[in-house]
Amino acid sequence: MKHIKTINALT
Amino acid sequence: MIHKFKLGGYNILLDVNSGGVHIVDNLTYDLLDNVQPPFEEKCPQDVLTKLSKVYKVEDIKECYDEIVLLYEQGVLYSSDDYEQYSLKAISSPVKAMCLLIAQDCNMRCKYCFAETGEYGLGKRMLMSLETAKKAIDFLVEKSANRKNLEVDFFGGEPLLNFDVVKKTVEYARSLEKKFDKNFRFTITTNGLLLDDDKIDFINKEMYNVVLSIDGRKEVNDRMRPLAGGQGSYDKITKKYADLVSKRGDKDYYVRGTYTKYNLDFSNDVMHLRDLGFEQISVEPVVADKSTPYALSATDLPQIFEEYEKLADKILKYKKEKGFINFFHFMLDLDQGPCAIKRLRGCGSGNEYVAVSPEGDIYPCHQFVGIEEYKMGNLDEHTFNYDIKNEFAAAHVYTKSDCKKCWAKFYCSGGCNANNYIYCGDIHKPHKLSCEIQKKRLECAIMLKAIEFESKHQNDEENS
Repeated sequence: MKHIKTINALT
Repeated sequence: MIHKFKLGGYNILLDVNSGGVHIVDNLTYDLLDNVQPPFEEKCPQDVLTKLSKVYKVEDIKECYDEIVLLYEQGVLYSSDDYEQYSLKAISSPVKAMCLLIAQDCNMRCKYCFAETGEYGLGKRMLMSLETAKKAIDFLVEKSANRKNLEVDFFGGEPLLNFDVVKKTVEYARSLEKKFDKNFRFTITTNGLLLDDDKIDFINKEMYNVVLSIDGRKEVNDRMRPLAGGQGSYDKITKKYADLVSKRGDKDYYVRGTYTKYNLDFSNDVMHLRDLGFEQISVEPVVADKSTPYALSATDLPQIFEEYEKLADKILKYKKEKGFINFFHFMLDLDQGPCAIKRLRGCGSGNEYVAVSPEGDIYPCHQFVGIEEYKMGNLDEHTFNYDIKNEFAAAHVYTKSDCKKCWAKFYCSGGCNANNYIYCGDIHKPHKLSCEIQKKRLECAIMLKAIEFESKHQNDEENS
């Protein structure tokens, strides 16, 4: 992903 | 539903229903204003034309594909799986209780919702041991199959009735084996009456302790005078430090209130850290809007700016000096509370009740004295299940404003007492509290984003 960096899916 | 915001130099994107958090570039941030599900296979021409004034067409197409991919993976514009669980939000056993062990206080805090201990009832009194025992019996009975029970000693000032606190703990402990229960006690104190014996008892028996102090001396003493009018700061700081130093790794909080008089409250948070306290909560005042220290909508820009300043100060402190934990910036992105808690919050009136010195039962300590929400009485063996059911069913899907809010799974519908006190209805969230809550949440997510970036950079450097 070049435009979106995912940090972390709401158990 | 998505929520996106710019903070601390980051563009942050929250997918509300999955809890997914993403850091995005300016192109993605702008593109999301122009596209939404259902997605076409390729980026619509009108969007390309519009955004090509700022970005390269190839980049826009590439970015669009990334958005669609995340959508297909179920982490962007994801479906709401939680509403089905709201049907589980039914009446539960009572597992927590606030004991107003002293309806009296040796301080005269100006913002006290308990009206300096009287709770608006016009009289000061201490809870008898007999009533406290009945309250414990009530909790054991109403907790059904729940093993772990919480009892919070509250006031007024609970240390004014310390003998009953000790004997109540002893009584509850005597029931644990017989009824297969495990009591966890907490206490909230203004610290004035702390001495070695009380500190030793609290550190032995109390699972958590909340120590009230507002921050800097002049801030604290303006709002938290003794009954005689003099300030309290000099009388409590050493006692608090003593208690915490002997507490080991057990939980505690120093807890303050900020008002219109100290909208620069980040200085109070950091002052408390400089005093040696690592666990800190400083929270907005709940006050009638006619009072001079009440917060209002016109204060919001300054409050927002202050939370941003606080986030910066905490980051800097952690980098340069060490540990600090600010309660309202705590956010667990990996797990967090279970679904029912996310929907319903603290459980007031349902899993949690408060008992007055006279044995009257209320949904929580902030409802004490509000006749409409008196749930029953221990001596009369009464308990109003209609009120209990009303609170059990008060969750983010029955609060219409909450249902459409991006923060609902983190704030859990706000404080029922605040809703009632400000808006006259436990289902109507207090807007000022909502705005402050949302700002805190954005700051907390930003801190997580920075933590992620920092870890990511370290990993890259090490590999």
